[in-house]
Amino acid sequence: MNPDKTKAKVFTRRAALFMGGQTLVMGGLGARLYYLQVLESERYAMLAEENRINFRLIGPPRGFIVDRGGDYLAINVQNYRVVLVREQAQAAGGIEAVLEKLAKLIDLNEHTVARVLKEAQSRLAFVPITVAENLSWRDVSRIGVNQPDLPGVSIDVGQIRHYPYGENMAHVVGYVAAVSEKDLTGDPLLELPGFRVGKNGIEKHYDLALRGTSGTSKVEVNALGRVIREIDRQEGQPGREIRLTLDMRLQEFTANRLKDEKAASVVVMDVHNGDVLALVSVPSFDPNAFSEGIGAAEWQKLVKNPYGPLTNKAIAGQYAPGSTFKVAVALAALENGIDEDHSVYCPGYMELGDRRFHCWKHHGHGRMDMITALEQSCDVWFYDVARRVGVDRIAQICNRLGLGVPTEIEMLGERSGLIPTRKWKRDERGQPWHMGETLVVGIGQGFVLTTPLQLAVMTARIVNGGKAVRPRMTFPVPGFGLDGKPLSEEVQLEDGTSEEMSPEQKLVAATEAAGSINPLTDTTRPDFEDTGFHPDHLEIVLRGMDAVVNGVHGTARKSALRFADLTMGGKTGTSQVRRISQAERDAGIRSGDDIAWRLRDHALFVGFAPVHNPRYAVSVVVEHAEGGSRAAAPVARDVLEEVLRLQGFATADAKANDTETGGAG
Amino acid sequence: MALRHGELRQPEMTLGQKIWQINWIMFLLIGMCVGVGLGMQYSAANGSWDPWAHSQLTKYLVFSLGMLILALVDIRILMRYAYIVYILSFLLLVVVEIKGAVGGGATRWIAIPFIGTFQPSELMKFTLVLALARYFHKLSYEDVGRFSVLIVPALLVAAPTLLVLRQPDLGTAIVLCGGGVVMFVLAGVRWWKFAVVAITGLAASPLIWSMMHPYQKRRVLVLLNPESDPLGSGYHILQSKIAMGAGGLVGRGFTKGSQSHLNFLPEKQTDFIFTMLAEEFGLIGCLALMSLYLVLMVYGFGIALRSRNQFGRLLAMGCIVTFSFYVFINIAMVMGVIPVVGLPLPLVSYGGSALLAVMFGFALIMNVYVHRDLRIGRQGESNGL
Repeated sequence: MNPDKTKAKVFTRRAALFMGGQTLVMGGLGARLYYLQVLESERYAMLAEENRINFRLIGPPRGFIVDRGGDYLAINVQNYRVVLVREQAQAAGGIEAVLEKLAKLIDLNEHTVARVLKEAQSRLAFVPITVAENLSWRDVSRIGVNQPDLPGVSIDVGQIRHYPYGENMAHVVGYVAAVSEKDLTGDPLLELPGFRVGKNGIEKHYDLALRGTSGTSKVEVNALGRVIREIDRQEGQPGREIRLTLDMRLQEFTANRLKDEKAASVVVMDVHNGDVLALVSVPSFDPNAFSEGIGAAEWQKLVKNPYGPLTNKAIAGQYAPGSTFKVAVALAALENGIDEDHSVYCPGYMELGDRRFHCWKHHGHGRMDMITALEQSCDVWFYDVARRVGVDRIAQICNRLGLGVPTEIEMLGERSGLIPTRKWKRDERGQPWHMGETLVVGIGQGFVLTTPLQLAVMTARIVNGGKAVRPRMTFPVPGFGLDGKPLSEEVQLEDGTSEEMSPEQKLVAATEAAGSINPLTDTTRPDFEDTGFHPDHLEIVLRGMDAVVNGVHGTARKSALRFADLTMGGKTGTSQVRRISQAERDAGIRSGDDIAWRLRDHALFVGFAPVHNPRYAVSVVVEHAEGGSRAAAPVARDVLEEVLRLQGFATADAKANDTETGGAG
Repeated sequence: MALRHGELRQPEMTLGQKIWQINWIMFLLIGMCVGVGLGMQYSAANGSWDPWAHSQLTKYLVFSLGMLILALVDIRILMRYAYIVYILSFLLLVVVEIKGAVGGGATRWIAIPFIGTFQPSELMKFTLVLALARYFHKLSYEDVGRFSVLIVPALLVAAPTLLVLRQPDLGTAIVLCGGGVVMFVLAGVRWWKFAVVAITGLAASPLIWSMMHPYQKRRVLVLLNPESDPLGSGYHILQSKIAMGAGGLVGRGFTKGSQSHLNFLPEKQTDFIFTMLAEEFGLIGCLALMSLYLVLMVYGFGIALRSRNQFGRLLAMGCIVTFSFYVFINIAMVMGVIPVVGLPLPLVSYGGSALLAVMFGFALIMNVYVHRDLRIGRQGESNGL
């Protein structure tokens, strides 16, 4: 056979094999395509859609906090930031060059420049990098004018929390700060960059209500995450406005009144509905520093301050009530069968076994009954009564007056104080109760601890006709309970919304319901339980408190109201300081002056006005200011005068009396 | 003699006759493939002729002129210079090895002033076929049966393959090696020899595995389960499959593929251009292009069979099978059937080197067609002329 023929034949056979193979492979690939594009098409189409579509959260504006008159206490203000986009800065020779130009316009330190350069390297080119925040309007306009020379630089407007009253409101309203690890609850909003949450006060208690709900923006993105366009947008619900019972004018007045004190607190509340009109704790701090981002040095300064500016002393400060406690002991005596005429002779001391318990007045008060004992704050009378009634029955009355239990005010960090009983001492200390300790409790010393807010509540419950009033800081927030948590669906329906309404309609109805509360005309009072005290007994204690201020020998007679027709009642207190508080020890106070100061007695006063139709209760604690009649009662007088003036009980002519009686006091 | 007879029927052709003999249908089919490519490149640039489609069109026009000229060159001249061409392109590969620019984790390019970059390994695929065709042409069926004659062609295949593997470019190495094997088969090397080599190769595979780059190993491993690692090495395959699947039967429309246009697809204008076609024109569009390719292959097959000289037969068949390797490897790669080895879709992907190489290959096939009736002796002399 021709060798070339053989070659050609072999070639043809083998080439045909290849051609067949090629056709087969092509068919196989076609089948695979059919599988991908027809059988599995739906699944892949969905995956492609998931790739393409991204949901972005839109942070809702935080709700405002206003006082009872609608004055703004916490608002959102615009915060101007300058941001830089790397890819756009390339036109001017990169971000270094742009930053150099920018540094000539606004204050940029080397640290900032280094941070921006570092961030720029780790981010995608189109992601804006924040260069500086909290720009002044001057800086903003300077950058605006020079914008053509600064490619990639733009001004971004964000929102920042602002507290117009600064430190006068700090403890009540609290503050917001960046979300920390432990704040994360799964709410995706919390992971928005720059999002702030309430960290203290009302801001924290009603954080969920103030926060609102996030909106979403449905955007098309590319593989790098760059937004190509917005497809759909769902606006969120802005945060609820929280209206406080506080009267900003009174709050400010009170804070100013205390500004010379090192550490003090005052609570003013409505004895009937529990509205807290002022709640002041000094020293204070500037909450705006927190929302702008507080520096480490500034924070350390606050933490180390021996006077505890970060502590809200009105709810978290626990003090021995001293003689202010005697009103509770007097009521306990009456409720336990001792009448007001119960007479005790005060020689300046009382003997129990081989121990002597002294009265504050060394020479003694002589013969005392309940009214005179309250008026002159005779310790011996109360030793005697306490011994007769016993510590457990005193404790029972105290608890009904709101002492030793939390008031459940809508703020975090409240402490419950302590009203000792035999059982308590046995359980907690493992020791039996001594009669001498009952005597000490009788004058508000020893184990007894109360917060200024509790003292105000105690006073209110005595003078309001026997209602177990509870203090409140806020008017009801639609959809949210007093604990700050959202109410369940059924409860929400009660505030004027109904099942058939859409969520939007419900919100509108709820908002209207909230807006309809006018604190100035609203007379609806929460229904408080009866405390169950006999009205006559309450009346007797009230008379005793009247005598403290208006009696001839009253311990607070120099602090009577300077009004012609309105008077106040009250009780002074001076509590011994036995221990140095932990905060003070930590702060390491060593100078002689400071030690002397912190060993001094606390000055206290609880009061109410007007005597003949009690409406406002006040409690004052001035730390280490010695006598309650000298340091605390005048504060209470000034604050009560102001609240009566502001609420229209006293007319402007009181001003005229000011100098007159002021000289006498 | 029989040879004389052929010579009488086949006098030297004039230029006009040759032009008349050019396979214009094949020319048209190539143009259609390039047209599909231009369309997809236009879409890849979000509906713009720049930066790809316009540049590619210019290259195509220049190359097609070159292709026609090469088709007309006397096949005996091709034969005479086959080794020289092989050596030249091999030298270019060596140049890459010495001072190539680095690109995509592999050194594959050489920079040419004013023109751009060139990837010599693309051209090598077809010059290897040319050299092997030249070598086997002179051997009789009995010669091919001898072991010793296979040493030289084996070296011809091994030398560029190893160089390319070093770059490293697995895809091209496979095509080179595969093309070589195809030429051995077509030349009539006995089947049992392949079996011996295959068994030896399997035994040596652990050694090869140990020589592979980590990224290549990863690609092979990820192939087994690409969805397990959606943001790692499997990302490209997975995104490609998503795009294809999302295309469905009729596609999402020209320039409307979200996967491609939002950059979820990597290298959509080059290696993954078939995916883009699949997304925008669906199964219908894919089958249309694949049919076009199949017709081209059948044409090449027909031309090879029609040739009356062994050189032409081997050359045409070698080129068309090499071309089909491109097609199969690329399509199988983007569908996730084989690992991502980085090989363009011939005639359709953007890129000058591959276009040049593939059109060079088709020029050879067309050349074979023009000279299909020429009989050539063992030593390359045209009998009697």
